[in-house]
Amino acid sequence: MRVRRLAAWTALPLAVTLGLAACGSGGDGGSGGSDSSVVSIQIAEPKHLVPTNTTETSGSQVIAGLFSPLVDYDAQNKPYEVAADSVTSTDNKVWTIKLKDGYTFHNGEKVTAQSYINAWNYGAYGPNGQDTNPFFEKIAGYADLQGKEPKAKEMSGLKKVDDLTFTVTLNEPYIDFKTTLGYNAFFPMPDAAFSAPGVLKDSYEQAPIGQGPFKMKGTWQHDSKIEVERYDAFPGEKPKVKNVEFRIYQQLTAAYADVLADNLDVLPTIPTESLSTAPSDLGDRYKTSPMSSFQFLAFPTFDKDYSNPDVRKAISMAIDRDEITKSVFKGSQTPARSFVSPVLPGYRDDTTGKSGEFNPTEAKKLYQAAGGPSKIVISYNGDGGHKDWVDATVNQLKTNLGVDAVGSAEPKFADLLTKVENKTPVGAFRMGWVMDYPTMEDYLGPLYSTNGSSNYYGYSNPEFDKLVKEGAAAKTQDEAIAKYQQAEDILAKDMPVIPLRFGENVFGHSSKVKNVEMDLFQRVNLVKIEAAS
Amino acid sequence: MFRYILRRLLQMVLAFFGTTLIVYALTFAGQGDPIQALAGERPVTPAQRAYLTEKYHLDATGVGGFFYRYFDYVKNLLQGNLGESLTGRNIGDILQQAWPVTVRLALIALAVAIIFGVTAGVLAGIRRASIFDNSTLVLTLLVLGIPTIVLAPLAQYLLGVKWQLFPPTAGSDPTFYALLLPGIVLGSLSLATALRLTRASVAENLRADYVRTARSKGLVKRRIVIVHVLRNSLIPVVTFLGVELGNLMSGAIITEGVFNIPGVGFNLFRGIRTEDGPLVVGIVSVLVVVYLVSNLVVDVLYAVLDPRIRYE
Repeated sequence: MRVRRLAAWTALPLAVTLGLAACGSGGDGGSGGSDSSVVSIQIAEPKHLVPTNTTETSGSQVIAGLFSPLVDYDAQNKPYEVAADSVTSTDNKVWTIKLKDGYTFHNGEKVTAQSYINAWNYGAYGPNGQDTNPFFEKIAGYADLQGKEPKAKEMSGLKKVDDLTFTVTLNEPYIDFKTTLGYNAFFPMPDAAFSAPGVLKDSYEQAPIGQGPFKMKGTWQHDSKIEVERYDAFPGEKPKVKNVEFRIYQQLTAAYADVLADNLDVLPTIPTESLSTAPSDLGDRYKTSPMSSFQFLAFPTFDKDYSNPDVRKAISMAIDRDEITKSVFKGSQTPARSFVSPVLPGYRDDTTGKSGEFNPTEAKKLYQAAGGPSKIVISYNGDGGHKDWVDATVNQLKTNLGVDAVGSAEPKFADLLTKVENKTPVGAFRMGWVMDYPTMEDYLGPLYSTNGSSNYYGYSNPEFDKLVKEGAAAKTQDEAIAKYQQAEDILAKDMPVIPLRFGENVFGHSSKVKNVEMDLFQRVNLVKIEAAS
Repeated sequence: MFRYILRRLLQMVLAFFGTTLIVYALTFAGQGDPIQALAGERPVTPAQRAYLTEKYHLDATGVGGFFYRYFDYVKNLLQGNLGESLTGRNIGDILQQAWPVTVRLALIALAVAIIFGVTAGVLAGIRRASIFDNSTLVLTLLVLGIPTIVLAPLAQYLLGVKWQLFPPTAGSDPTFYALLLPGIVLGSLSLATALRLTRASVAENLRADYVRTARSKGLVKRRIVIVHVLRNSLIPVVTFLGVELGNLMSGAIITEGVFNIPGVGFNLFRGIRTEDGPLVVGIVSVLVVVYLVSNLVVDVLYAVLDPRIRYE
């Protein structure tokens, strides 16, 4: 659970890397025919390619091709089994995972329950420093693997039953555990990945061996490209293209120029600079699709200026979300009036009710009655392209509330967080969230519960915490969602943060491919994409 | 001359330690919390924090801790080990991959500057106040006035996307042709300066006493220009181009970014953007050496070209 670094499109060329690409591969371009052609997809240089160490979009795009998840999500974003045959539990505490037979790793090794157990233990072992480490915290025995010299190397909650079955015991019942299994932290790793039990080979990351629809072709060519080809022994749904080249770019604008020139096939994120011209440049090859990102304005609720919920509600009512999404974001984001993303089961429109409506007269009245501060500061990270909308918001607050309002940029998000954690007065500050798996709990827990990993604003409501806990421990999904929704209603009353915008994938592709789809995690669907003949 | 070079080499050692110390201090002192910076907007778990603290020796704090880390770094550096980037890649390997393409780009840019800049400069110098002279004056003004950050995307859009004369980006293992457009863009700035410099120098030398003497003793104009004027006029130009080569070798952050060329500037930019301190310091340390050496070469070259200059 984490606030992932929101990808570039939020505003800026944050795309974390660099690359190179186009012409080197020019030779492949001409070969027509859907079977031999190469589909190229823009990524940034991934940070890592080990499943348990991959949290950013570029790495997870590649990993998603090389591995097949236990579960995936249907159109309603409910989980269904893919590599798993069944994922069941009677008490939501002890889960039995049965694997489908027939899956093999790209080196021919059979996928067994042990492959999963080994990979998860590796990810959870503190000294390995894996980025997805916190994802395993619900599994029994996780705590023993943490610290400088952990007590154990294996989680006691993972037990192999037979070659294709294993059980997972959680610390406490968790209804959404099956949903979490779609995340790449829960991929298996082959024996070939380890040089000794629990020790990953250095070379593994350069050419990860997975059990997915594609296998590596050669090794990871840093700053350049990662090539994969169809793995013919894959038992699941077969991809329609034979080869995929993940081409590494440092700047989205360079990739955009390549898409226009048909030199690159898919650009998962249209750069902000090109948003206004992209629809006419690309025509029907300019696409949007739902995505889980959520942008909001947080308040230091421990600060007496902002501790009154009415002050926060008044500020919310003084912001014209529709205007900002239209003029600043050119419709590439949508106004948010709820506390969880619309892609989730259990999402309801307008849970903020009246406080989410743009109503300057009410806002001013409420603000004055509640005695809001005479100067509002909105802090943001200057490297994320947030200046435009913060300025627009600040201007609206000035006009509509009759107060002084300014935007204040911190160089990096980390600097902003440090200040918030030290309770340095920064005023209101921006935050963003991208889900790791589609459950309301992935928003409510980390963002708003008292001990939430990303609750930097000190919001604490015991009743809310209780409801989220009850939801997670519920017997059925419906029961869980009902609890989560009650919890969300409390948020609407307390307004610890102001929802601002939900994101969308805004992507484009060349005229050489069709059926380009993107999922909620900003990844191109590699199985569906086809070469246009 | 030998003593001069030796002295310069000794100075270089001092300069190297001074600059790396400053760069190291600036890179790491500015980071409030390097571990949080590495994680971006994600919360950092205690397990990761412990792991990274130990890995990067962040447990030693204060001035003592800083020098401890710096000397540790220098020790490795002297053994030829540039260390690892925060993503675990060997910085020596990164540079080894990045340099060849940057060098190729730099040579193309330099060739453009020499072929067009110097030639046009000589012509403009000979035909002062002619249409050619005036139009190159305006053109160079224009080029010098447009920053690369505008020029590069513009050239990419027009020549690469709109008219499709060149590939819009170059990529990892680019052909000469793919590097041509970025090379021209990169070279255009040095071209303009080289042209101005050559023109001024040629124009000045044409009025010099020795040219008048040559002319009065009846030498043909061509010989005067090529043998007498050109040789003397090129001294400042060669100096400029030598320094410029050092500059170009350190990579062109903007051009390499726009045309997606994974050279040195490109990696440096990524290092800065992702706050990869070790990568930035590693690249800059090597760049310091490149600058020092190229400066020395230019200075020595100066003496070779102009016999009046003597080094002791």
